[in-house]
Amino acid sequence: MLEAGFIIKSLIILALFGLTLLIATYSTYAERKVAAFLQDRLGPNRAGPWGLLQPIADAGKMFFKEDFIPSQASKWLFIAGPCLSMLTALMATAVVPFGDSVKYTTGPNQILTVPVQPIDVNIGVLYIFGVVSLGVYGLMIGGWASNNKFSLLGAIRAASQNISYEIPMGLSMIAILMMTGSLSMGEIVSQQHGGNWNIFYQPLGFIIFITCAFAECNRTPFDLPECETELIGGYHTEYSSMKLGFYLFSEYINMFVSSAVISNLFFGGYNYPFMDSVHQFLTNNLGAIAGHNVATLIGTVVLFGKIFFFIFFFMWVRWTLPRFRYDQLMNLGWKGLIPLAMLNIVLTGGAILFLKPLITALLK
Amino acid sequence: MQLTNRAKQVSSKEMTLAERIYLPAIVTGLGITIKHFFKKKVTIQYPEQKRYLGPVFRGQHVLKRDEQGRERCTACGLCAVACPAEAISMVAEEREKGEEKLYREEKYAAVYEINMLRCIFCGLCEEACPKQAIYLRHDIFVPVFTERDNVIYGKDKLVENMNDRYLRTAWTKEEALHQDINDLTPQPRIQL
Repeated sequence: MLEAGFIIKSLIILALFGLTLLIATYSTYAERKVAAFLQDRLGPNRAGPWGLLQPIADAGKMFFKEDFIPSQASKWLFIAGPCLSMLTALMATAVVPFGDSVKYTTGPNQILTVPVQPIDVNIGVLYIFGVVSLGVYGLMIGGWASNNKFSLLGAIRAASQNISYEIPMGLSMIAILMMTGSLSMGEIVSQQHGGNWNIFYQPLGFIIFITCAFAECNRTPFDLPECETELIGGYHTEYSSMKLGFYLFSEYINMFVSSAVISNLFFGGYNYPFMDSVHQFLTNNLGAIAGHNVATLIGTVVLFGKIFFFIFFFMWVRWTLPRFRYDQLMNLGWKGLIPLAMLNIVLTGGAILFLKPLITALLK
Repeated sequence: MQLTNRAKQVSSKEMTLAERIYLPAIVTGLGITIKHFFKKKVTIQYPEQKRYLGPVFRGQHVLKRDEQGRERCTACGLCAVACPAEAISMVAEEREKGEEKLYREEKYAAVYEINMLRCIFCGLCEEACPKQAIYLRHDIFVPVFTERDNVIYGKDKLVENMNDRYLRTAWTKEEALHQDINDLTPQPRIQL
């Protein structure tokens, strides 16, 4: 009965892959629409109803543009840059849980449970961090291979910014790991059952994490690697056609991934308040298996609601805040966020050591 | 001199903790932008939606007729002289006996042509005209050309149609300034 499990797993992986690409595609549309609405405009509305075919038109345009490689550029690295960017962006969703589990019968009295997660590795969080830090190589290689001073400056900025902000990001994660005692994404999410979300225990950690997520995605107010006003286009100045498209697209995939990670780590993933009574109601009315599967579906929808909210939040912040200056960025990262994240670790440790036994004693 | 009341005195005093944390300012900013998100949009979807541009907007030319349907133009050529773009040309002819119903003056324009590629829609022809014969319509735009043959507008396109007379609420800028904004009933030009 391994085959049925294999097929279900493949279906989940394919569906999530397609969904990731679809969401990233329509994020470009949403970005333009949100930008327009925040600026009292209407945004793209000519291609299809409400401009819904706009991303397809954009992608088509990207494909038909001249694919230019500068004569002085290092040709293979120039091609490898956007490929690496895209690859690392797509890899990160592999360990993110997108729902509880799917149940199906394989025979009489045999029920198999498959979690809605491509792979549940016990080092899920580490895996995400590893893949995300690989992402900077795409920008570095692209900027370096272009043989252009603006590209190189953008690449240097990207590298130093991403490395700087990975540290507070990791430190703010450690507080969560101390609470849950597990590196597995599935475990972290299932511990936030119901409304017991980590955000209520780690508000400071959340603020640090989301700030770093903005910086890791190279989104405003931390979009210094692109920084049109200073660097023309930053690391992708020399890129055109679908190579540029890959860079821009990977940014949106990264945005989706970090929204998913934030929802899972801090906002309970597929968990929502009163989910047990909903589960109870569905299993009573639809039978144990169908009811469970429908409950899982509802959880997945809830998770995507959270993810869409955070994608919207990314855009909302982008069209509100101006870009930081480079020294401000570094000051914030090294002098602001890292000490704060360390303080957060100490506070969490103290709370686990002293507050938790106190509260349990009081409740008795 | 103070132009607006929005000027702020620059202060170099040290920032408070809330200002240094920057998060309260971010939240305020987010609040402002989200208000704009739900605001009614001011965009006018141009080709489908057109707004009223006022009675003295300068669009396509019209060669007016008088109340009896006679052409006002006497082919004096002042409009052509006034035209900074040299877009107007005409051929004058003497009125024959029996044509009094057609032309008001003893001399008339047999050919009157405006090159719409040259015209800059400045309205100087309108101001130069002593017979109040040429006007720039406020309601019709000169359409986009796709053929060079369509560029030169002759009398067939310019002379006013008596069944669909061209009227507007104000005929000069001064009139437009003094008219009641809410009164949009078109008025015929006062006879001179």
